[in-house]
Amino acid sequence: MTDRYDAIVVGAGHNGLVCAALLGKAGRKVLVLEANSQVGGAAVTRSFADGYSVSACAHLLYQLQPEVRKDLGLQFALAADDIGTIALSADGKHVRYSGENVHGVSDADSKSYRDFHKRMSRFAALLRTYLNKAPPRLGTKDRKDLFTLAQLGLDVRRLGRKEMREFLRLIGMNIYDEVTERFDSKLLKGALSFDAVLGTHLGPRSPNTILTYLYRLAGSGGRLAAPAGGMGSVSEALAQVAREKGVTIRTAMPVKRIVVENGRVTGVESEGGETFSSHTIISNADPKSTLLCLVGAKHVETGFTRRVNNIRMQGNAAKLHLALDGLPVVNGLEKKDFASRLLIAPDENYVERSFNPAKYGETSPQPVLEITVPSFRDSSLAPTGKHVMSAIVQYAPYKLKDGWDDKKRDAFMKTAVSKIAQYMPDIEGRISASEMLTPADIEREFHISGGHWHHGELTLDQFLFVRPVGGAAQYAMPLDGLYLCGAGTHPGGGVSGAAGRNAARVILSREKSA
Amino acid sequence: MSVQQVDQGRLQSPFYPRYKALDRLDTWHTWKGYTSADALFDGELEYFAIRNSCAVFDLTPMTKYRITGPDSLDYIDRLVTRDMRKIAAGRVAYAVWCNDQGQVIDDGTIFHLRDGEYRLCSQERHLAWLTAAAIGFNVTIKEETADIAALAVQGPTSYSVMKNLGLKGIENMKPFGLMHFDFQGSEIMVSRTGFTGDLGYELWLEPGKALDLWDALFEAGKLHGITAMGTHALEQARIEAGYLAAYEEFLPADETIRTGRSRSPFELGLDWLVDFKKPNFNGRRALAEEKLNGSTWRLVKLDIEGNKPAHHSYVYAKPRKNKKEIGFITSAAWSPICKQNIALGSVRMPHGKVGDSVWVEVYYQREMHWSKVMAEAKVVDKPFWFPPRRGATPPGPY
Repeated sequence: MTDRYDAIVVGAGHNGLVCAALLGKAGRKVLVLEANSQVGGAAVTRSFADGYSVSACAHLLYQLQPEVRKDLGLQFALAADDIGTIALSADGKHVRYSGENVHGVSDADSKSYRDFHKRMSRFAALLRTYLNKAPPRLGTKDRKDLFTLAQLGLDVRRLGRKEMREFLRLIGMNIYDEVTERFDSKLLKGALSFDAVLGTHLGPRSPNTILTYLYRLAGSGGRLAAPAGGMGSVSEALAQVAREKGVTIRTAMPVKRIVVENGRVTGVESEGGETFSSHTIISNADPKSTLLCLVGAKHVETGFTRRVNNIRMQGNAAKLHLALDGLPVVNGLEKKDFASRLLIAPDENYVERSFNPAKYGETSPQPVLEITVPSFRDSSLAPTGKHVMSAIVQYAPYKLKDGWDDKKRDAFMKTAVSKIAQYMPDIEGRISASEMLTPADIEREFHISGGHWHHGELTLDQFLFVRPVGGAAQYAMPLDGLYLCGAGTHPGGGVSGAAGRNAARVILSREKSA
Repeated sequence: MSVQQVDQGRLQSPFYPRYKALDRLDTWHTWKGYTSADALFDGELEYFAIRNSCAVFDLTPMTKYRITGPDSLDYIDRLVTRDMRKIAAGRVAYAVWCNDQGQVIDDGTIFHLRDGEYRLCSQERHLAWLTAAAIGFNVTIKEETADIAALAVQGPTSYSVMKNLGLKGIENMKPFGLMHFDFQGSEIMVSRTGFTGDLGYELWLEPGKALDLWDALFEAGKLHGITAMGTHALEQARIEAGYLAAYEEFLPADETIRTGRSRSPFELGLDWLVDFKKPNFNGRRALAEEKLNGSTWRLVKLDIEGNKPAHHSYVYAKPRKNKKEIGFITSAAWSPICKQNIALGSVRMPHGKVGDSVWVEVYYQREMHWSKVMAEAKVVDKPFWFPPRRGATPPGPY
């Protein structure tokens, strides 16, 4: 005897929860199965040492879509909003930026940055409209698709002749060329270069890094926030909403396979052998795990399998968590500055050189880091007077030569800490506990193949119509009843909820037209 | 400075020395990198050997893949459109395989050699596609074209030749059967298959024994009119049998650039090979849709009036006024054995139903000057040449 549901969501990542909650809201009987013991996928708060908690993967919120909050009536508190950025300089002459303003650079750079920010924001705003729509299919006669396509063309055209040209020039370009043409300040160039390649397997000279930069701005104009209680609070709030809508969420229930019978999905089977039936299975897992592991290539066709197999999704970012018995000292920073995001990316060439070894399966001896001290704004994360540091450290390629092991992880953690120590000389003495998650750890703990937290590189060849792959961009997979709703689908990664919302809307509208 | 010598030019099949010794015409072409004879002494006479006695053709250059591993059946079953579960060990299946759009990549024969061990013979090379199709399957795919020497022995006396060769039990082999025999201490595989539409066998063995086999075969066949043949004769027989040739009747789908230039199995008259009872195979979704909405093209076998082969002709719905071009001829020949002017062609639906008349504009040259004639053609159902001996078990001792 198995339980029957209108829909089963595999994975309680934030997108899975959004999708489940929206289906629940529409009156569907929905079950969510999560392998880990907490909901949230990579958007979780987790204790890594006694008394110290941290957002285990994503640590800043900048993409959550207002549409998602509105549709679900989602409520959660922010510990900090509109977080500024400080690009650290060893000599204490740091560069600070937030919104369109930058300090610590020449007047010319400051003006140029304003222009740059204005243009980028305009382009990002154009992209933003499309985050919350299923991407149109090419070569179809479907009126909705044709309309969206025409709208896209019109939106680009409406930028005006000059700006449209700029948009089309920049969209496939690399960030390095753009920042070196515009700015003098090495720190500013380094910081913007790093922003564009955060979480990717790309260097600032790689094509498409303007697109990744735009994507970062598209969510909410690049405005950074931190939820109170870490990223897990967002997931908990989503789970709460979902439960209120009647969704059943079962954690510690890893799915072994998606059951396919006679060419359509009919349910899922858990690792423990429990089966759950439904004619609609929505996977929040990444496309590769879903199709090649949970479903199996046998049930889909070869061309499609090949495209899925070729999705570029090898993570290159590690996450470093440090438990500190006090705030470190930074030359030229005051205590209040720890509310900001701190970048170690001294110049644009440094970032590119940092990426170079990753191409050959080696970690960066001179890494780039995005550092936050979430406990500074949110005392719930560490014991009184103590602090938690959460940093993204690049580059740590998923496909490390000879593979990752404890020794190599420890060595890279040491490299990262000594890089921090160049700016915070007393850091090493303040560390009471530490943890590093390499892409291999992220793959294992969050069930993301390749450990790429966007579930696939966000480049033009894996964007919009062709995300996750051509012919499957509208959440429905070429297997009856199977859908994807995770970051591997349009629009992509980040805690946005857009993929989950779009997927739910597609499923409901297909039900209607069926 | 020393320059390393590398082999250049065409590859030679292990049977090359025997072919060369029989060759009187010296007309050769390249077939998949190998040198292959157009004809050895007279293409027409070689053709008549297929129909009247026994002709031997070197098919070593044909692309061959070995597919093994625990998932080999699942793998092949998803690859091709027909139900491979029905093909037991010791049987051969003609099959066609498609891309996700339901367009034909190639056709070929699949030999179920032993339990879970297959050989796939195709017209074109497909390692990239076969490898992509192996993602998620526990199978090994090995291109073995050069590792296997192969001869086709085709014609009414081929059965007697096989018996003379000492192949015990060959009398029980049905069409599309295969058996393994000992040949001078090594193994030879014999299948009752061919590309001529006649009674015939194909012999497969390691290249080292190729010449020994050739000599034994010609010794066994010397009172049965055994004759070596080239591609010219085979092509003639192939059209009479109504078999498809890549780059003639269809273009491999992965080679086409323009939309609409590839063909689905339905458009090649291979409906009988598409089994929708299988829950999944490459192209299934697209083919199901095509089945519902109708195809664009139809392969037709044409019996054309007159005796001028309709090479490269247009096909029309009517002979004169508003004649309306509906397709074109893909292969054409005068068939000496049927005494018919025959052709294969591709016409737009709904034209070309069996029994319909269509019109073929045949161009021909007389003393430099070109002329044309509008010839009526009947769409026929059956292959032009299908002698009862082809299906008889045991075959007669001609």
